[in-house]
Amino acid sequence: MAERRIVLHFPKELLDQPVISTTVSRYDVGFNILRANITQDQEGLMVLGLQGELGEIESAIEFMRDQGVRVQPLDQDVVRDDEVCTDCGACIVVCPTGALSMDLESREVNFDAEKCVACGICVPVCPPRAMSIHF
Amino acid sequence: MMLGKSYDEINAKIRSGEVVVVTAEEMVDVVGELGVAKAAEKVDVVTTGTFGPMCSSGAFLNFGHSTPRMKVTQAWLNEVPAYAGLAAVDLYIGATEVSAGDPLNRSHPGRFNYGGAHVIQDLVAGKDVRLRGIAYGTDCYPRREIDTWINIKDLNEAYMCNPRNAYQNYNVAVNKFADRDIYTYMGVVKKDLGSANYCSAGQLSPLLNDPHYRAIGIGTRIFIGGAQGYVFWQGTQHDPTTPRNERGVPTGGAGTLSTVGDLKQMDPRWVVGVSMLGYGVSLALGIGTAIPILDEEMAWYTSVSDADIVAPIVDYSRNYGLNEGEPLGHVSYAELKSGEIELEGRKVPTTPLSSYVRAREIAETLKSWIEAGEFELSEPVQPLPSAEESPGFKMLNYRPVEEEGGE
Ligand code: SF4
Ligand code: SF4
Repeated sequence: MAERRIVLHFPKELLDQPVISTTVSRYDVGFNILRANITQDQEGLMVLGLQGELGEIESAIEFMRDQGVRVQPLDQDVVRDDEVCTDCGACIVVCPTGALSMDLESREVNFDAEKCVACGICVPVCPPRAMSIHF
Repeated sequence: MMLGKSYDEINAKIRSGEVVVVTAEEMVDVVGELGVAKAAEKVDVVTTGTFGPMCSSGAFLNFGHSTPRMKVTQAWLNEVPAYAGLAAVDLYIGATEVSAGDPLNRSHPGRFNYGGAHVIQDLVAGKDVRLRGIAYGTDCYPRREIDTWINIKDLNEAYMCNPRNAYQNYNVAVNKFADRDIYTYMGVVKKDLGSANYCSAGQLSPLLNDPHYRAIGIGTRIFIGGAQGYVFWQGTQHDPTTPRNERGVPTGGAGTLSTVGDLKQMDPRWVVGVSMLGYGVSLALGIGTAIPILDEEMAWYTSVSDADIVAPIVDYSRNYGLNEGEPLGHVSYAELKSGEIELEGRKVPTTPLSSYVRAREIAETLKSWIEAGEFELSEPVQPLPSAEESPGFKMLNYRPVEEEGGE
């Protein structure tokens, strides 16, 4: 048994499709939803742990891709360069998971890597380019 | 009623180390506790700060004569066009100029990774910048082209000279009508009233603490980009005629400042090139002022708090661009800073573009400079235009060219 953590992006058109249940009925995999959100562009965003034989997991991912889901591995790492961040707050409303949020007392913008799903939306939005995504 | 203090008296206290300085944020509590009269007696100076994108900024550079000499007629700094319509080796690099060949918004939203503001930040950071220039050549300036590295330490002069900074209050941007998020100079504004984007330091902001420009005028020494600089004129679009509330605080964009400061003394922490997705390049700049508490009136003005300052909520998906409609409402900075406002029966999350953390740091820095005797106050040589003197803010009188011109 293996587990792979992945980030799924569902385009608008797929939001009402039972992609996950179709996938698990076709392949011998179990799943665990770690996070689910609708993003600013009405895109669905889901972080999933897929369990099963590696081959089955690969095929399941392939199948979801064929359905039009964009699949990213979660070993992508988003980091913030605190020297560059000015605490301007421009990223707060675009972050779909609340990983970027403002401390209302200190007015500092906090980055909580635990909540980050590596969607990358904040990267081009951040005016001084403090956020970056590494593969 | 206390006797007023003069600039000379306050500066004497700065020199002797007896001066009492508080930030505009602290002044809210000082006046709350002591009352206006006692606060005016106790406090000599209130410091302010703001740090946010200020598009109308740029710098003059004189890079020195080459051998043979050249009168540069077109120039690029790290491939960003600089204005060369000046004397032979003078340039003006504008903050919002984007790199030659930038894809702009052809693939919307464009990223605008590098532009004039980044060149200015690189210069301030002491990085080498590539200067490319061409010329038609003259008898006195024979050289036709140049391609060289320049560095701020080798430039004869490098000074920031900004036509408009430190807007006294500003709009809050929302997106009511578009069926997608919009990309503006106020950041990404989310559809369906999904965000309210504001951009002012509120109670810490320079001109909100001196609503009628009693202290801040032409010749006022300021904090600019980490250096000491000056206000040299009212800023472009300076409009003191904007309606004001009972405290005299404008309820929308009003006064502005033209500022100048030595780039060589600045710090890249306060001079930051920024890329506004889908909009363009801008310069996030730190500005701060030190306001003398000349009398009770100044103590009262500088005690303004976020709850006393309101801003108009403007739709940027249609109304702003087309000059249509009225503001959707007004909201105080206290409400904006709570993280959420109520609008049309909805809860709308707010997002600032102006860093309050840095605004506070500027006010604190200025305070420490004054306490250390390193920064004295300068009395304006001329006040900024008042509401009575100003013609107000004009829209363009659009005259199609088919009509007779040249009156
Ligand atoms: S947008 Fe960038 S600079 Fe601004 S608070 Fe977020 S991470 Fe920091
Ligand atoms: S990549 Fe950025 S926008 Fe996406 S979840 Fe992480 S912090 Fe939020």
